[in-house]
Amino acid sequence: MRFTYLIYLLYILLLFNCKSPKEHLTKIEGKQIQITDSIAGDADIEAFIKPYRTHIQKDLDSVLAYSVDTYTKTEGAFNTAIGNFMADAVFDESNPIFKSKTGKNIDMVILNHGGIRSIISKGNITTRTAFELMPFENSIVVVAIKGTQVDSLISYLCKSDTPHPISKLKLSVDKNFNLIEASIQGKKIEPDKTYYVATNDYLYNGGDNMTFFKPDEGLYILDYKIRNALIDNFKKVDTIRPVRDDRFIMKK
Amino acid sequence: MKRRDFIQQVSATTALVTIGGFGLQSFSTIPKKTKITILHTNDVHSHIDAFGPEDGRNANKGGVARRAHLIESIRNENPNTLLLDAGDIFQGTPYFNYYGGELEFKLMSKLKYDVATIGNHDFDNGINGLYAQLPHAEFEFISANYDFSNTIMDTHVKPYKIFIKDGIKIGVFGLGIELDGLVDPAMSKETKYLDPIEITQDMTQLLKTNEKCDLVICLSHLGYGYKTNPNKISDLKLAALTKDIDLIIGGHTHTFLPKPTVVKNIEGKNMLVNQVGCYGLNLGKIDFYFDANNNKSANGTSIIV
Repeated sequence: MRFTYLIYLLYILLLFNCKSPKEHLTKIEGKQIQITDSIAGDADIEAFIKPYRTHIQKDLDSVLAYSVDTYTKTEGAFNTAIGNFMADAVFDESNPIFKSKTGKNIDMVILNHGGIRSIISKGNITTRTAFELMPFENSIVVVAIKGTQVDSLISYLCKSDTPHPISKLKLSVDKNFNLIEASIQGKKIEPDKTYYVATNDYLYNGGDNMTFFKPDEGLYILDYKIRNALIDNFKKVDTIRPVRDDRFIMKK
Repeated sequence: MKRRDFIQQVSATTALVTIGGFGLQSFSTIPKKTKITILHTNDVHSHIDAFGPEDGRNANKGGVARRAHLIESIRNENPNTLLLDAGDIFQGTPYFNYYGGELEFKLMSKLKYDVATIGNHDFDNGINGLYAQLPHAEFEFISANYDFSNTIMDTHVKPYKIFIKDGIKIGVFGLGIELDGLVDPAMSKETKYLDPIEITQDMTQLLKTNEKCDLVICLSHLGYGYKTNPNKISDLKLAALTKDIDLIIGGHTHTFLPKPTVVKNIEGKNMLVNQVGCYGLNLGKIDFYFDANNNKSANGTSIIV
């Protein structure tokens, strides 16, 4: 049977010979295909997604609270009802968490006007409202800064022509936007005192040119999303009726 | 053995030897041709449903079910197809907020993704949140420059993966973006970011020189390019500073390119950098044609984009 083996061996050699002119890359063609409605959806995939989608839609539409009016971020200079609501909600929901973690209280809250991503419409407030208001995943952080840096925060607010949401901080400026008076929870700001300022991780990292958080004396990550704070607040309050108030005003 | 059989076998042997002797010549007239198709997505960001007709920018575009259909038809046409994702699978729609990435991974498994790399947003539920979804992924994750050895992801992410399709050896390695300033350390924990250029030099040495891959693909989440910060490492920069990469598939910067970019590498050889925007609006398709005809290869590789 020796010869049979020899034949097999030759076959193998022959196969190697066929392969031996190694293939070379001769041409590359690249393009991009748009996924449009001209492509039919795969029915199995659609069916697989459906129960997930149904559950989410049902939950997003679940009613959490009621809003007595429609609130937008463009109604008002220096402070807006919707911004006041958001900053106060962040204070109310995160202070107990901060207190239980550190034994300390949050002194004030600052968010950014650009972070109010939609309106609150009159009528039922749903989980969807919270997602529209705050589609981003930003989380609440508490930053410990000296009074001198709170002063920088205040001059940022005075210079900025935008009603950034604040809570527990009270400001008044003259018609040239010069500071007249500033206080935190009714008390004057002391340069050497450490203040605990709640904000979100985006702003802490310098978003919207808020560069006054650094250097800080401590950063406390609450692991609590702004959106979840809003949802928790909506669940508690039943009805919301925020107002523009005197937290930031221009004295004539 | 009967004498007659013996003669037949001997003559058969002779005949084979003869053919063997002419082997190179005779086969060169019908050379083996192989086409490898690379399909890719990036920054899908949990966009499972197509955009609705009311959407201001992307009306009626995208959608996983349509992508599934398209990929299947391409695979039917060419079974030698790889499907890759360049990261940021997570974050962007309530599907992620509600299910933490479970549905994204399950659907990518149904679409038969071969491999994905890790984007910064894939840490959005923390490294534990990513780990928790791994049982839903029937594809692998690769990253050569994230060192996960002190994290829960240890052993679950490989630096590279080698595929063999119809005799063509394809090496794919992953690269991730610098985490500092982008991902909260509480989320990425002890994930270490290593220099992409040094890692790429190691990877191409390993895949091209040692493993003799016919194709080397870099699956990157570094970002296409940074005009305002030219020192920042990007796909374009990596392409120009390294060698032996045929294709960089990118992500992170949500860059919509009219066509793949041809870049000269450090040896002056042309290679491709591609990225297909975001949200599953597009599917990238790169076809590599291999040919055993030596004369053709002598003329180099033509790139048609």
